[in-house]
Amino acid sequence: MKDKQFWVGSAIIAVLFLIYWVAGHPYFVTDRIVMFISIIFLSATLIFYTRAAERGEEFFLRPIPALKAVEEAVGRSTEMGRPILYVPGIQDMDQVETVAGVVVLGHVAKMTARYETSLNVPVSRSIVMKAARESCRDAYTVEGRPDMFNEDMVHYLTDDQFAYAAGVNGIMVREKPAACMYMGKFYAESLILAETGNSIGAIQIAGTASQAQIPFFVTACDYTLIGEEFFAASAYLSQKPELIGGVKGQDMIKLFVTAAIVLSTILMILFETAGVGINISDFLTIR
Amino acid sequence: MEFSSILGAWVASFLTIGIFSYLYKDNPFYKIAEHLFVGVSAGYLLSLGFWTQLQPNLFGRLFPAKHYDPDTLTYSIYNILSFFSTSIFPEGGIDKGHDQHLIYVIPLILGIMMLMSLIPSFSWMARWGIAYVVGMAAGLKAYGYLNSNVIGQIKGTAVNIFDFSLPIFSLSSPSVFNNLLIFIGTICGLLYFYFSKEHKGMLGKASKIGIYFLMISFGASFGFAVMGRISLLIGRFTDLILFSGSDYHYATYWVLVLIVGILGYAAFKEQKNEGFPEPNILSSSNEEE
Repeated sequence: MKDKQFWVGSAIIAVLFLIYWVAGHPYFVTDRIVMFISIIFLSATLIFYTRAAERGEEFFLRPIPALKAVEEAVGRSTEMGRPILYVPGIQDMDQVETVAGVVVLGHVAKMTARYETSLNVPVSRSIVMKAARESCRDAYTVEGRPDMFNEDMVHYLTDDQFAYAAGVNGIMVREKPAACMYMGKFYAESLILAETGNSIGAIQIAGTASQAQIPFFVTACDYTLIGEEFFAASAYLSQKPELIGGVKGQDMIKLFVTAAIVLSTILMILFETAGVGINISDFLTIR
Repeated sequence: MEFSSILGAWVASFLTIGIFSYLYKDNPFYKIAEHLFVGVSAGYLLSLGFWTQLQPNLFGRLFPAKHYDPDTLTYSIYNILSFFSTSIFPEGGIDKGHDQHLIYVIPLILGIMMLMSLIPSFSWMARWGIAYVVGMAAGLKAYGYLNSNVIGQIKGTAVNIFDFSLPIFSLSSPSVFNNLLIFIGTICGLLYFYFSKEHKGMLGKASKIGIYFLMISFGASFGFAVMGRISLLIGRFTDLILFSGSDYHYATYWVLVLIVGILGYAAFKEQKNEGFPEPNILSSSNEEE
């Protein structure tokens, strides 16, 4: 969409909303005004920076060692002539981590296609299998190596958590991959997988936002992408301007949240000690 | 004791010790347990999913017994399906207490489209199902995440850090120290995830404090989870101890002796073979010299 079209569209929506508001805003839940303002503000910030990046504005992204290590891991596997094992978590595509994991898989598949390294992706959900296959197929086609893609590189094991862990462990000890990547949503199987990967001497890179599992990956893996780093991985690996713009937009949102925390704390101190201002806690409660 | 209970105990002991045998190394007992576990769980969950989700919640809403009328088109189709399988489509409609909701035709169509991936020329249809799942989840969860992870976080951190009615220091209850810790930890932790600026100067210091906070919380989480795993291990040992009794004909002991004996014998044979290499190996090493 061109700039002019974008601004005209935005202005029309704003005017329509003003008319709706003046007309008494029926069905608008006023108790949730904070949520409404937040959604508008956050969406506007993301759209602004994404469009800025698309227009050619360049944004700096600090290096993340774990993401540099992805290409090194693929290179190492190529040199050793061993496969790469990619585990996209144990949850379905309705989890944001799984979606991020499948997106990163696409980038890894591009590298394996480029270096002619074999890739093994055991999955625990049927929809993830289909999405991961599509992602790998696209990657191999984009790299001009559709002949190297075969559907069995992404294969289903089982839905059961520990049976899946046992199956992946079996693959690890028998195929001895040179690199193991765990990118997605994990639960208690995380340490079982990472420990086995460690025992076979594979270079291990993990990425998850599952708070309780990050410690296990940090202990047993060579590199770990913690939370937001994992979600930013796609932008880092693809270097696509619109994705980098999205990361910049998210950074601005983090600054806004930081400022909001400081301001809310000040308001809270004033309210509780001097009785001045509003009770910010009540204001932020979504009913 | 019933024969089936005794057999179950023997199978459970064999599978548990078979899985534990992985601690020694990958071996046929582990492989048997692993393949059984993977295969049985996949089959079991498929069956469970069909009979607890698909049949009652999807077909049960499309063809409920409550609204059964053989003259309607819906139930004419149902009767044809019923001809093929009366267990899935019992006569007179599916009685799971649901009303008829024809909107459930949409998930049925999406499901059929997912199955179309079996036919290469129609495999593109599966993308619609994936797109629906991803889009629906993104929209549905955006509100929840924004509420709990953004607004909830701001609300949770915004406390009166100079509330001197609280004790100055307390580990287990609200205190001035804890409030200050939450305030500093949240802000510094958040700044660690700031990507579009080099972590130098003030930002560098704040993000360093942030990573210390993260690592301490990971350490606490690690310890907590390890305790949980220990209790799982105790659970398995409790079962093994139970199965080692005379009621179960000493299942655990027999299985343990069998597995350890076979693995020990295999290790002994392996060592023996390594000690006396085959002639062709010797000759090849001479050639290298």
